[in-house]
Parts: sequence; C-alpha cells; structure tokens
Amino acid sequence: MAASSAISSSSFLSVSQKDAGVSSFYAQPSSSIQMSQKKVSKKIVSVMAPQQSERKPSTTGSVKTGMTMTEKIFSRAAEKPQLNPGDNVWVNVDILMTHDVCGPGCIGIFKKEFGNDAKVWDREKIVIIPDHYIFTSDERANRNVDIIRDFSTEQDIKYFYDIKDRSNFKVNPDYKGVCHVALAQEGHCRPGEVLLGTDSHTCTAGAFGQFATGIGNTDAGFVLGTGKLLLKVPPTLRFVLDGEMPDYLLAKDLILQIIGEISVSGATYKAMEFVGSTIESLTMEERMTLCNMVVEAGGKNGIVPADATTFKYLEDKTSLPYEPVYSDDQARFLAEYRIDVTKLEPLVAKPHSPDNRGLARECKDVKTDRVYIGSCTGGKTEDFLAAARVFLASGKKVKVPTFLVPATQKVWMDLYTLPVPESGGKTCSQIFEEAGCDTPTSPSCGACLGGPQDTYARLNEPQVCVSTTNRNFPGRMGHKEGQIYLASPYTAAASALTGFVTDPREFLR
Amino acid sequence: MPAIYKEPRNQALVVILLHASIFKPLRLHITGTEFFLWFSNSSYAFFFLWFSISSSRGFRFLSVVCSSSRSRHHQPFASLATSNVFNATKQRSFKPLISQSIVSSTSPVTRRTSVVAAATANSSSSASSTSFHGLCYVVGDNIDTDQIIPAEYLTLVPSKPEEYKKLGSYALIGLPASYETRFVEPEEFQSKYKIIIAGDNFGCGSSREHAPVALGAAGVTAVVAESYARIFFRNSVATGEVYPLESEARVCEECKTGDVVTIELEQSLLINHTSGKEYKLKPIGDAGPVIEAGGIFAYARKAGMIPA
Repeated sequence: MAASSAISSSSFLSVSQKDAGVSSFYAQPSSSIQMSQKKVSKKIVSVMAPQQSERKPSTTGSVKTGMTMTEKIFSRAAEKPQLNPGDNVWVNVDILMTHDVCGPGCIGIFKKEFGNDAKVWDREKIVIIPDHYIFTSDERANRNVDIIRDFSTEQDIKYFYDIKDRSNFKVNPDYKGVCHVALAQEGHCRPGEVLLGTDSHTCTAGAFGQFATGIGNTDAGFVLGTGKLLLKVPPTLRFVLDGEMPDYLLAKDLILQIIGEISVSGATYKAMEFVGSTIESLTMEERMTLCNMVVEAGGKNGIVPADATTFKYLEDKTSLPYEPVYSDDQARFLAEYRIDVTKLEPLVAKPHSPDNRGLARECKDVKTDRVYIGSCTGGKTEDFLAAARVFLASGKKVKVPTFLVPATQKVWMDLYTLPVPESGGKTCSQIFEEAGCDTPTSPSCGACLGGPQDTYARLNEPQVCVSTTNRNFPGRMGHKEGQIYLASPYTAAASALTGFVTDPREFLR
Repeated sequence: MPAIYKEPRNQALVVILLHASIFKPLRLHITGTEFFLWFSNSSYAFFFLWFSISSSRGFRFLSVVCSSSRSRHHQPFASLATSNVFNATKQRSFKPLISQSIVSSTSPVTRRTSVVAAATANSSSSASSTSFHGLCYVVGDNIDTDQIIPAEYLTLVPSKPEEYKKLGSYALIGLPASYETRFVEPEEFQSKYKIIIAGDNFGCGSSREHAPVALGAAGVTAVVAESYARIFFRNSVATGEVYPLESEARVCEECKTGDVVTIELEQSLLINHTSGKEYKLKPIGDAGPVIEAGGIFAYARKAGMIPA
C-alpha cells in the first residue's frame, strides 16, 4: 500500500490545534506509519518524523489531556498520540466481520472498487460468519451463503464458518451460528482492538474492552481492500453501575433501564462506557448483553474495561497478544449516569420501541401468545441457564408456545451437556422439555429479525410475543402488527409459565 | 391521449424525444446495462414516438426507462445528450459509489443505438448549484431500518443491478398501516415521491446498507430529517444513494405528503411550494468533504489512501 503521504493535507484532519507546538508534526507524513500488516506498536508513542531534532519538553505546548478508553483505542489505531472527540481519523482495523446478508454486497463493492482480481488486505483478519438466513428454503438466501463461500475460497479467508448441509447443522463442523456470539467464543474479540462488522450489534464485542461498531457494505468493502476506515472519534457517556446485582435481575434489565432513560437517540454518535462494582461482577456473556443493545440507544459503541474476568475468558480462546486500555482519571466524559442496581426491578420494553420502558409487574395483564428465547442478546448459554432456573423454580409447564433458539453450536451443546445449578444434575434441555418448551432449534439469528417467510418462530400473525431479542419496532419479527415485548430471559421464562407478561420474582423468591 | 400527459414532466419527455429523434442520437440506461438507441432514420424515430404516445403502456415503458436512467458518470457521450431540459444526472454534487450502469468490457450489451439521456425530471437545470425537487413524503420519528426495508428482503444483494432495482420496489413497505399513502405503488419500482421529510432519529436500527440503497433505488434524491441515526447517515454518505440533510425546525409536522418541495443546497433551504413556507437546513458538516469527493472511495483516492 502506498505511503499515505496525502494524509498530510489537513483539509479533513481536524486534529485539535490546541497543541500548537506539535501541530506541525501531525501535518507531516510520518514515515514511521507502517502500512504493513504488523501489529501496531503497543505503546502509544509520539508519532514524530525521524528527522526532528531533540526538543525540550517545555516547547511541546500543553500537557496531554486524559482520554477515555474509546479515545485511547482510536489513538492507537490511528497512530496519533492525542485525539479529541469529533476528530475524523483513519484507523487500522484489527478484525472485519461480515455475514450472509451483507457479505455479498460488500464483496460486490470490493470487487468493483478494487478490481475482480484484488486481494483482501489480510486473510487472517476477516471473519465471515453465515448466521442470518440459514435454515430456510429461500433460494436467494441460500445463494448468498454460496457467494460468501466462493469469496472465502478465492481469497483463502482463514475464518469462514461454513455451512453446507442445512438439514442438519451438527454435521457442519465449521458452522458456528450468530456472528457476535461466535466472534467471542472463537477468540476474535480482544481488549484494545478495533473490530468492525456489517451488523449493528457488532457493538456487542465492546464487552471485551475494545472498540466495536457496525458499518455498512460500502465501508466494509473499503476495509476489505485497505484494512482502514475513516471514523469519527466519539465522545463518551459514562454509566456507573453500583450495588450488588439482585438475583432476579439480568444485564438485559440494566440496559433496558438505560435505554429507557436516555431514549433511542440518547447516545447517537457517542460511546457508552460501563463501569462500577456491578459491572465488575458481571460475567462476559452478561457484559455482552449489555453492550449488545447500545445501538438501540443510538450508541456508536459500548465498552467495558477488561479485567480478570475478561482475561480468564480469553485464556483458552486466543493466543494473539493484546493490550487493554483504560480511561484516564482526568478523561473527559460528556455525561455521567449513576445507577444503583439494587433499586431496579425487572423491565420490559413495550411495543414498538426499545425505549418504551415498563415494569414487568405493571404489564401483568398483557396476555402473550408466545415466548421467544434466542438471538445474540438473549440466546447465549447463560441466558438459557437463566431461563432454566425459572422453569426449575416453578416446576410447571409453559402455557404458550416457547421457542428456543440457541445462538451457536456451542450454546446448543451446552444446553444438552451443562448441568443446571440446584437441579440435581439436569441439563437445560431436560428442564425445557419438562416445562413443555419447543425443542431447541438449529442455531442462527432465527426470527429475531423476521427473515424469510419460512423462518422458525417467525411472527406471521399479529400476535403478542415476549422476546429476549433486541428490537421491537413494527414488523421486526415478521408481522407489522405483531407486538413485541423485549425482556430478560428470566422475565421471558416467567411469562411463558403464566401466559402473561410476568415479573420473574413470582417464581424466583 | 392518456391523462399522464398533463404532467409537465411527461410533456417535457415527449419534447425531448421529438428533439432527440430528429436531431441527435440518444443514450439510455436500463437497469445496469447501457443501451444506445440510435434511430438510424427518422421514420423509426417517429414510429417509436407514436407508439409511446398513443398507448399509456408504451408511454409508461418509456417513462420507467427514462427515470431509471441515472447516468452516474460523466460520459463522453454526455455531449450527445439532447437539449438540457433535463440534466444528465440527478445533479448531486457527489457521485454515488454503487454505479447502476456497469459498463465493463464483459458487458454483453452493446446495442449501440442512440438513447435518451433524460434523467429524472426533478433537478433544476443549472450545472453548478445543486438542488432537489419533487413531491415529498412525510414520515414521523424513529423510522427504523425494518420499516424502510423489512428484513425479509435483505436477501437482495444491492451490488447486483436487478436486485438493486427490486429493493427500490420495497422501499418503506414496512411502514405501519397508519401511513395510508403507499410510498411505492404495487408493481412499481420507483416512487413518485423524490424527497422524504422525517422527524428524529431517521434510519435507526440496523446497519443494513439496504436501507439507504432501497430509498435511492426507489428514486429518492434527498432526505430532510430532524436528526439521523449514525449508521444510516454514514451509509447514505458512503453510498451516495440519498443526500442526508438535517432541518432546524420540525418540518415533518409542517409538511404533508404530496407537497411539492425544492431543496436548494447552496442556500441550505427547503422550500415548500405547496404551503409557501421555507425552512433552514443545517450545514452538512464533516460529511461534506466525503460527499463532495463522491463517497468514501473517491475521497480515499483523493487523499491518496488507495491508488487511483
């Protein structure tokens, strides 16, 4: 790749001119910017042209301001020592993810712009995960998986989680399932990195202390060819959650609380940083649920500082080195929200908006026609364990069709192998069976977003559904007049048992 | 004669055809392939004209064909274009990245007969200032991507011309029944509404690029919203499919679907001819340089990030 000498033109580089003394250095093309695929130097070093003579510290102008985690990640990825929110910078991308719905479009753009014979920037940094419309007879959907397969073969993409035999997902050894859960389970999420994906819920990976956000086909096509993207540094909203997590609440309730507080556009163009004692007590999957829905508040990305929990999770998943970043003490936040989780109650998001917050107990007269437990938001192993806990506590059968859609093959296997605590050794699948739920189906995004008409559990009639998914706008799960209540796995399971929207404390106390 | 001839656009089309058929060769883009219609002699031209005028189906074919021609490059043949009653492009100052006409050497279609280079009849004629004109369609707040293009249609791949066109036919089909006027009529691929007026947080939800693409494919030139969701805004800029503008006032409450509006980019104005009111628009901001360059790829080439 050509050295980016043209970056020197400051027409679009809006680096703050406050540091008057060093601004001239930003304007120079740094010959130390490496265009190779090597990992950028871990330390944030000053990007100075080598021919500079030694300068005394007193001539460098103002002291570096504290930066938030997100700003630091941008700073490292853009190879600039200091950044401010609002700056537009070219960042190096560590991982690019795409799936069967957007993959073909990206590929089309990549080929058109870079040429039919062009090669991707790094075959090991692209992860292609078919997951959206897999178990369907829709020809175009099936063709789209073929398209991404052909491309992966042609480009020798290292991580392509293929599926060929749709009739039985288990015979496809590479197939994973929902992209965001697969990315985590396969060790592609690492603290301090930049992960972009052609899906709005790519922000899920922020749980690992990295910058992760969703982009469109054109941007992704650009990244495919160059490994870089022009991004604007977002200001950060800080959410401090303290208090011991009550045992009837889950991360889903926390994020529904927050979205209800700031509205669906409350975090537009902003980073949402989650800190506090409660956050530290959350497992990785719970943190993923939290970060998953920041996009529902308009957020650019969600982020949780990496800690022992993160490192433990990553131990057996990735061998690539990573370096976490943390917000400085003097980092500037746009706003800070403090939440005492001990005061919260189980929530739902009523139709037709994720910010239409309501207390689960206040919706107890809302009859539900079905319950859906699945998706990147609420279809992970721990989500199913949570639902199983409620069914176990009740001992009764569900009153409405209850659809279970594990996010990935691994989750599916966990349902059939992991013992549920305090159940006498039963697995989730046994408990679900005894409760009368549907058999857990093939892992994929399923009906979270409706999909082709023959998608399992799709809302094809104007029914009420309590769902552990992430959006409930009109028509989200299929039918335009379908009424979707977003809820935690606890609340969803409780609702399945009564046939009405139900506060899980009915069963968990 | 069918009533559609009462519309000024259609009358002008007829004029062009006449002019073109007599004086100059014509160029047409039909969904991704370039056709050159060249009337080798005037009798063919007049037959074609007669056919299209005398039957509304013939005319509809013609107008669909003409309005689907969005010549997005500055072709040498532009000089062959007929009178400048309509400009050859939609008069956007940015060049869309998803080019509808794939003029490659492998393209099987090189029927080099000349063609009408008439684009949508909604742009003003001057080449330097940019403006958008047409009927507006008004929506409310938080119109999410599932309403713009429901998920079941996402199997259509935007970079494939045939599927791109189909996406247009499904634009805004996800709007609930409270929207009595349909955005795109059944069996049609384009909407008669060229400008969308929206409330807050337009385009929220998914990162699917199919959303701005569907609007663009349906013929939308610009959106004026009170505010945008981040990814939708970014995708609009990157693809060049629709020009995303922000209004200062709550225009979705002041305009009605079907009002005739003009957007003057230079003056940052939205003019509602039907109500006679004008509204100030916000400057495009950081996206300006990218839009002006012609999208993210063109911008990157200009900046030297990727080879030209």
